[in-house]
Amino acid sequence: MSELTAEGGHGAVPLKDVPADKGGATTQREWPLYEVFVRGKRGLNHVHVGSLHAADDEMAVRHARDVYTRRNEGVSIWVVRADAITASSPDEKDPLFAPSGDKVYRHPTFYDIPADVPHM
Amino acid sequence: MTATHHETHDEPQAVFDATIERGDRIEPRDWMPEGYRKTLVRQIAQHAHSEIIGMQPEGGWITRAPSLRRKAILLAKVQDEAGHGLYLYSAAETLGVSRQELTELLLAGRQKYSSIFNYPTLSYADVGTIGWLVDGAAICNQVPLCRTSYGPYGRAMIRICKEESFHQRQGYELLSTMMRGTDEQRAMVQESVDRFWWPALMMFGPPDADSPNTAQSMAWGVKRNTNDDLRQRFVDMSVPQAEALGVTFPDPELRWNDERGHYDFGTPDWDEFMQVVQGNGPCNAQRIAHRRRAHDDGAWVREAALAFADKQAAAVGEGR
Repeated sequence: MSELTAEGGHGAVPLKDVPADKGGATTQREWPLYEVFVRGKRGLNHVHVGSLHAADDEMAVRHARDVYTRRNEGVSIWVVRADAITASSPDEKDPLFAPSGDKVYRHPTFYDIPADVPHM
Repeated sequence: MTATHHETHDEPQAVFDATIERGDRIEPRDWMPEGYRKTLVRQIAQHAHSEIIGMQPEGGWITRAPSLRRKAILLAKVQDEAGHGLYLYSAAETLGVSRQELTELLLAGRQKYSSIFNYPTLSYADVGTIGWLVDGAAICNQVPLCRTSYGPYGRAMIRICKEESFHQRQGYELLSTMMRGTDEQRAMVQESVDRFWWPALMMFGPPDADSPNTAQSMAWGVKRNTNDDLRQRFVDMSVPQAEALGVTFPDPELRWNDERGHYDFGTPDWDEFMQVVQGNGPCNAQRIAHRRRAHDDGAWVREAALAFADKQAAAVGEGR
């Protein structure tokens, strides 16, 4: 998984062998990329809402408030440097997910229960 | 797309094609054809630049808004446009380009933004007209893009569409208020609508016959409707809104066609459109000069923030 980085934003992206249109000389070091997670209201998980650039963690939280919660979309914000995220590889046929593919007995529908048994 | 067709391709191409065929989304780490990636970078960047440049025509009216209420609304709207630009830049960044690169391409004139923002805002009524017609046209364009095949772009569009509705309604409400005012105010609204109607129709891009990229973009599910379809939809929506407002559109050919079930309308001046796209519109130079000045004036802030972050990080390192 080492060839994966999260520098592309909105989740981890492989930069290796991904051609990019380099517009011109980049004159300034860019602020690092952060991924933003917002808890919409009490009782819900934090959900990934997007990304943004900020010089440091505290600024990332402030920017996240302005960019992603202008209309009461959240009660709590998490930010994390995108390059700190470790991700599985993208392919749906990836062997990482293979072990769950052949275990149908993990699902409730695997089991036949007589139709007249209530509450099951 | 038949099975035989797939077999002639490498496996990743077949997986990509099948994903599009199923109506599933392409996500950043998926393999994608280079042309698909380039089309998306171009389209999303252009869209992001439009949001950022789009702050200028209305931004100039913030200090001159006639009441605190209108000023607060306009400030919120212009801030939204900045937010929309940021959502879109981060969607583009998932494709392996950086926001800084895209900004530099914009400032170098190598990437475009919507031609509508090269028209001036001469009266306060223009704030209303932009909300109603320009944001209205943008909504027509953007709602189908919520279902675009590239996941991050579609997600950005969903957020944007939710917020655009406020933009359009505040504009229409502003114009309605002026229409209930004096004759002079009504004339101001009509004059503004007269100036913006044709440029708003041009926002959908050239006619389908002259839009060589449309077919490929639709095959990839990047685009969901043709330029002409969306333009027609916009005209059909706008005419009853204009009637309710009490204004007319400057098009003698505009009339209901019972047979088609749509409004017929005249042809925009495509020569003017090409001139504006090529940089010769009324405000092209001014818009880019302003954007460049803002970028340069902000450089010290970006540098100072980084220097502060570096210093803090070093202090934490020493304390360990």
